[in-house]
Amino acid sequence: MRKVNVAKITAAVKKICIDTNYKVDPDIIKAFKTGLRREKSPVGREILRQLICNADIARRERIPICQDCGLAVVFVEIGQDVKLVGGGLRQAIEAGVRQGYQQGYLRKSVAKDPMIRVNTGDNTPAIIHTEIVTGDKLRVTVAPKGGGSENMSRLKMMKPADGEAGVKELVRETVREAGPNPCPPIVLGVGIGGNFEMCAILAKKALLRKLGKPNQDKRLAKLEQDLLRIANDSGVGPQGAGGTVTCIGVAVESRPCHIASMPVAVNVNCHVSRHGSKII
Amino acid sequence: MAINKPVRITTPLSNVDVQKLKVGMPVLISGVLYSARDSAHKRLVELLDKGKKLPIDVKGQIIYYMGPSPPPPGRPIGSAGPTTSYRMDPYAPRLMAIGLKGMIGKGTRSDEVKAAIKKYKSVYFAAIGGAGALISKCIIKCDVVAYDDLGPEAIRRLEVRELPAVVAGDMYGGDIYEIGVKRYRKK
Repeated sequence: MRKVNVAKITAAVKKICIDTNYKVDPDIIKAFKTGLRREKSPVGREILRQLICNADIARRERIPICQDCGLAVVFVEIGQDVKLVGGGLRQAIEAGVRQGYQQGYLRKSVAKDPMIRVNTGDNTPAIIHTEIVTGDKLRVTVAPKGGGSENMSRLKMMKPADGEAGVKELVRETVREAGPNPCPPIVLGVGIGGNFEMCAILAKKALLRKLGKPNQDKRLAKLEQDLLRIANDSGVGPQGAGGTVTCIGVAVESRPCHIASMPVAVNVNCHVSRHGSKII
Repeated sequence: MAINKPVRITTPLSNVDVQKLKVGMPVLISGVLYSARDSAHKRLVELLDKGKKLPIDVKGQIIYYMGPSPPPPGRPIGSAGPTTSYRMDPYAPRLMAIGLKGMIGKGTRSDEVKAAIKKYKSVYFAAIGGAGALISKCIIKCDVVAYDDLGPEAIRRLEVRELPAVVAGDMYGGDIYEIGVKRYRKK
């Protein structure tokens, strides 16, 4: 067994929370620049220019990219040959989130009770997904997720007969009805299969993939391209003011499901699409 | 829609100011704004329901749908971009009825809000969502004036200089989101 002190997890979570809120991923900046060439709407192009400028100010002047610094979604893959020492895993993750959001001047956006709405004051609790894998390493991923885009996400228990056409229709509807609300240009994570909760987790995990990297399965890679075109045909455009660059990336993840089911989840992300990982 | 030169406007707004604002016009807003989002709106409307006085006078004012990140040392405010407006739709007409002249946010509004904008001669501006660092630079002063316990959702009095936005909904019923999307939608 390899011993890993949980303090290392705290430190990693803290650093990723801060880094992802100040530094726009270079792949996203590249997508903005490509978008500038492709966008037909002058208003849309101006918005993309301002987003590039915003990323620059955030990095140079240490102001978070967006005031919604997100709900911290944390994925931990733990090698089965790792023995965690020095405290509890959940406590270590929460400490990292707390320190990152407090010391990084990030907004605390967690309501203690969904119906009473009192702010917890330190952005905890985080959403934590753990998975036991082989090996003696541990991978921690943090994806701070904004509320505006999360609110536009969808899950539908489709019929097997709906097939690929059904997935396309769901994405089309989701993007059109979301319109300006999730801060386009958006990134889409699509989870197909599993069951009710698994397709949502798949969709969330799809958002962690490097922007523009296709699924290794050729059929799913083709579906990603089709869905990207469908999203961009919506006319929603940057910030929903109309245009041709509505979406800068679609990632699809798929897995087996029940013979009666075809669960599909579409997780919508804003143009900031924050996520970072560290292997410990 | 071509981009015109931005129109400079200063708060508070009068009916005459609002009449000049048409959908699609880029604007640079200066003067005082009040920030308020979900929880603050709920409290304001609860006070109105009880016939009580509000902690801010909204007459002629603009409310900015925004909850900032904390100010880093040496700055008045942190990141300060707009939040999605539709969540304030249940409350906004009540505030327009007592004189609120403008709202800044992002995204679509309900038919009730659009009707209230017409009826009370108000205006809805959209700022760029996710450009909170850029907008932060336009805010020169920020003070919490009510509901400190709400943290990022407290009501803040903001002094702004040339905050960039666009008229997204005007008193003539214009809606930028309908016009813009129609132009570029395929099928």
